[in-house]
Amino acid sequence: MLSNIALYGAIETGLIYGLVAFGIYLSFRVLDFPDLTVDGSFPLGAAVAAVLIIEGWNPWLATGCAVMAGMAAGAVTALLNVKLNILNLLASILTMIALYSVNLRIMGRPNVALLTEETVLTPWYDLDLAYHQVPVLLFVIVVFVALILLWRFMKSETGLAMRATGANARMARAQGIATGAMIVLGVAVSNGLVGLAGALFAQSQGAADVTMGVGVIVIGLASLIGGEAVVTPSTVVRALIACVVGAIIYRLAIAFALNADFLGLQAQDLNLITAVLVTLAIVLPGVRSSIAGKLSRSKA
Amino acid sequence: MISATDLRLTFGRGTPLENPALRGMSLTVNQGEFVTVIGSNGAGKSTFLNALAGEVLVDSGQIIVDNLDVTKLPTHKRAGRVARVFQDPLAGTCEGLSIEENLALAIKRGQRRGLTSAVKKQYMEKFRDSLSSLNLGLEKRLGDKMGLLSGGQRQAVSLLMASLTPSSILLLDEHTAALDPKTAAFVLELTTKIIEEQKLTALMVTHSMKQALEVGSRTVMLHQGQVVFDIVGKDREGLEVKDLLGLFEKQRGLEVDDDSLLLG
Repeated sequence: MLSNIALYGAIETGLIYGLVAFGIYLSFRVLDFPDLTVDGSFPLGAAVAAVLIIEGWNPWLATGCAVMAGMAAGAVTALLNVKLNILNLLASILTMIALYSVNLRIMGRPNVALLTEETVLTPWYDLDLAYHQVPVLLFVIVVFVALILLWRFMKSETGLAMRATGANARMARAQGIATGAMIVLGVAVSNGLVGLAGALFAQSQGAADVTMGVGVIVIGLASLIGGEAVVTPSTVVRALIACVVGAIIYRLAIAFALNADFLGLQAQDLNLITAVLVTLAIVLPGVRSSIAGKLSRSKA
Repeated sequence: MISATDLRLTFGRGTPLENPALRGMSLTVNQGEFVTVIGSNGAGKSTFLNALAGEVLVDSGQIIVDNLDVTKLPTHKRAGRVARVFQDPLAGTCEGLSIEENLALAIKRGQRRGLTSAVKKQYMEKFRDSLSSLNLGLEKRLGDKMGLLSGGQRQAVSLLMASLTPSSILLLDEHTAALDPKTAAFVLELTTKIIEEQKLTALMVTHSMKQALEVGSRTVMLHQGQVVFDIVGKDREGLEVKDLLGLFEKQRGLEVDDDSLLLG
């Protein structure tokens, strides 16, 4: 079974990936915009926060800058799509590739260590809590605030216009909604959230690394799809809760898989397990309904 | 007042599929007029409507809506003046949003959208009142997802949405064509009721000559991207489908060969 530390560790990373899943929910679900920029904006957020913290900036200010950097990256992807008519998926791949160079430039080297620096977590260690519980507490608060803000936004006039843009663009235009601007705003906010996740991840793990973005999109998607299978996303708030629940379940599943010695899995099998889990999460709901369909047909 | 002057638009210019959809189309619609537009397939009816709405931009010509030249404006910048109901009953609403959310989108048509809550309490009375005029019981289902409604119900709500805020012109693009006959009759009746009550200026494209003469105050026939005749007032009273056909043949020296136009 899992040790306490492994359990809290899984929840901690799960919460961070919950933020990524929020972003992916915005792009993939709300805007119907398959955005792979996140593989670049996650390490971008980490790089910006890490470099600024090392420069002596206030860690929250540095994290705020990471969010802005993520938003800028998202805006670039969306503008490539909206203004230059590049296919959305391809536009996001272009930005993602470009960000690899940008991230190396920002850090000046492949990775930046933060182990001795003051991070957003530092003051929280003064609390009377176990070392591994502190990040969980802080990230629960961050994720909760992000969830409430996103939920309020989705219910606002602009948020509703954004949802209409993704669901029925022709109708949205006929209602006077500038769909292009909505896509830019939505993809920017989405990547801002991912930048935030990257910044927090770097601070909790003690380093930013240029390769830390590899597969973030798949993990985020796995969280989103898995969460939707557990919490039916019939309303906005349920869909957002599903993102967090899915991300935590995903991290716990990974932790269990790696801890189950009888399976013989090792850390390097992580991406393989991820791919299998995502496939299952996508296929299983379909299998379930087709079995249900066959059962009801045979009854009739 | 809406005036379209000498609109020209060719699709696929320079390709083997080159298709001149509008060839010098001109039409002026006065305040409060309800114009029905007919024409065979490929006459340019839908293209004309799309050009007015801004979904396609014309190659040349000018479109003026209430003293504003909108010729080069995209759809969303015209939306405050131009309301629209689509042919596809699913196209005018968002199925994933609730009825009240769809109405809340429509009540801000063409206006700035901010960060205040979209579905406001002060809208509710207006929403309930207008929905109850449909007699479909939808006023009790404001929170239901749009996707739960039938095609006819959705088209009726689309009509409400288009008339929720004032517009210079209401464009109806064969909006009853995809419905079964009974529902189509209901939606058409609702259309004339809303247009009369709110004294709207409207342009309705239809595939049926019968329908074109039954409703509205003026009928325009398009052929090959131009207006071939335009009848209004006394000339239009008592006119029947066969008279229209006669008019068309006289004007063009052509036989109408589109069966659906005759049978519709």
